[in-house]
Amino acid sequence: MTHRVSDAVEIPDPNAVLSVRGLRLRYGDRVVLDRLDLDVREHECVVLLGASGSGKSTLLRAIDLLEDVEDGVIALRGVDVTDPRVDADAVRARLGLVFQAFNLFGHLTVLDNLTLAPRLVHGQDRRTAEQAALAMLERVGLAGREASYPEQLSGGQQQRAAIARALVTSPDLLLLDEVTSALDPALVGEVLDLLADVRASGTTMLVATHELGFARRVADRVCFLHEGRVWEEGPPSIIESPTTAELAAFLGSP
Amino acid sequence: MRHTVRVTHGDQGGWTPSPVARERAAFRAGRRRRSFLLALGSTLVLVVAAVLVVVTSPGWERTRSSFFDLDVATEVLPGLLEGLWLNVRVWVITVVVALLLGLGLAILRTSASPVLFPLRALAAAYVDVFRGLPLLLVLLLVGFGLPSLRLSWLPIDAVYLGTGAIVLTYTAYTAEIFRSGIGAVHPAQLTAARALGLTRWQTTRRVVVPQAVRNTTPALLNTVVSLQKDSGLISILGAVDAIRAAQIEVTGAYNFTPYVVAGVLFLLISIPLTRAVDAYSERRGWGATRPAAGVAR
Ligand SMILES: Nc1ncnc2c1ncn2[C@@H]1O[C@H](COP(=O)(O)OP(=O)(O)O)[C@@H](O)[C@H]1O
Ligand SMILES: [Mg+2]
Repeated sequence: MTHRVSDAVEIPDPNAVLSVRGLRLRYGDRVVLDRLDLDVREHECVVLLGASGSGKSTLLRAIDLLEDVEDGVIALRGVDVTDPRVDADAVRARLGLVFQAFNLFGHLTVLDNLTLAPRLVHGQDRRTAEQAALAMLERVGLAGREASYPEQLSGGQQQRAAIARALVTSPDLLLLDEVTSALDPALVGEVLDLLADVRASGTTMLVATHELGFARRVADRVCFLHEGRVWEEGPPSIIESPTTAELAAFLGSP
Repeated sequence: MRHTVRVTHGDQGGWTPSPVARERAAFRAGRRRRSFLLALGSTLVLVVAAVLVVVTSPGWERTRSSFFDLDVATEVLPGLLEGLWLNVRVWVITVVVALLLGLGLAILRTSASPVLFPLRALAAAYVDVFRGLPLLLVLLLVGFGLPSLRLSWLPIDAVYLGTGAIVLTYTAYTAEIFRSGIGAVHPAQLTAARALGLTRWQTTRRVVVPQAVRNTTPALLNTVVSLQKDSGLISILGAVDAIRAAQIEVTGAYNFTPYVVAGVLFLLISIPLTRAVDAYSERRGWGATRPAAGVAR
């Protein structure tokens, strides 16, 4: 199936897990994303850098089809998902999104938070879903906490539970939106360590973060968002030696 | 200088309260005793004063014989209890139906599906009308208006029509309560559910509604309590509930004691019910009855 793409927009890369071309998104008169191009390939970890308000969250939400875009193409494995005829629920079921504020469901236990989507969306029976969820909790270091409610966990534990919830459906692409920004500095490490571990297991990831150390250590590629587009991108070494004055300015005053 | 001391009951794991702590505990116990005695004393003074005012009033003898006649009370009690049983049944049915229909209406009104637009508009109109009409008027219109249509399939029994009228009004109330609860669920919860791939309906059913119900339980319990007493309004249609039974007795005997008995019967249900609701809310931490919840002093 081919989709018509406006003349101004390039054809997306069919081999990439995620391929964004010419993306434009507006809130009222405010253009937040402007002709943005971005690719994330299989098993790649791409870090999004950018000042607060540069549109990192907006981009991640747009990729998860939680925002309407004005122009451009978001393709997942070559299929244009910005096409309104595409079933957005099915697309979101293949993606994982982790939020800055965790957004765990307060009325459900940790275990039920993890099994909700596998059972409802992916049609797993309770036993299968719970076994997978327990294994995932073990992996994120929350073994034994399955019966707790979110409010009974520390911030770091809540965020690890939220990451587990996103991972348990084995998403094609994991989107992470400043997942350590709401945490006490002492709790940031445990979450970043978990992400490094997730990365090592081959999960394809797109990560918005202010943690430059994490970007250096884990990223395959770094993309710097400025004025609504990817202003500069390259290997993590661009953090040490930025090419553009804008990235240098951003790094100089983080 | 102020210190906070936490007094732990049960297993104290080797800790024994210091003399300071024990002294303060004793002081607090003494103050609690004093508060209790003060409360008791002031209540007694008030009750005695009220009783004196009533009993020494010039019309007291006549009032007592026509409102508080024990012989009349025992005589009418069985009939009134039978009527009360009808009130209880009407109450239970209206509670169940009004809660279920109200929830359904609220979900409908907060849905986004364009197909459902006409139903949403109807639901909005329904709520506007029945929330604004006095229950008494709805009862009269349904109780006397519907039978005059002479529809053969429509029950003309006052009990059914009265129950239907109460359900009509109270469904509008519960729908609004549920709707406010749905509106109060944080948008981030919806985003999180949709991000997991849950459909709109799955999100509503599994994430929004459970949280909305939890948020609105105190308000709904209040509605359940007022339904209990409003079940007595079906008497104006002639259904022989506790109030109607009392009215019949009053007309026959020229004595108002049956009304007092009916009132006591209603209170015997509604006061324990209110207390139970308060205790439940307290236990769930909604603490509507405790001033400045979570603050030690
Ligand atoms: N729902 C919204 N309505 C209007 N403006 C918004 C909305 N969400 C974000 N914005 C604006 O879009 C810009 C980008 O926001 P965001 O994507 O949250 O940035 P970042 O995540 O990089 O800090 C900001 O200027 C912000 O004020
Ligand atoms: Mg953001």
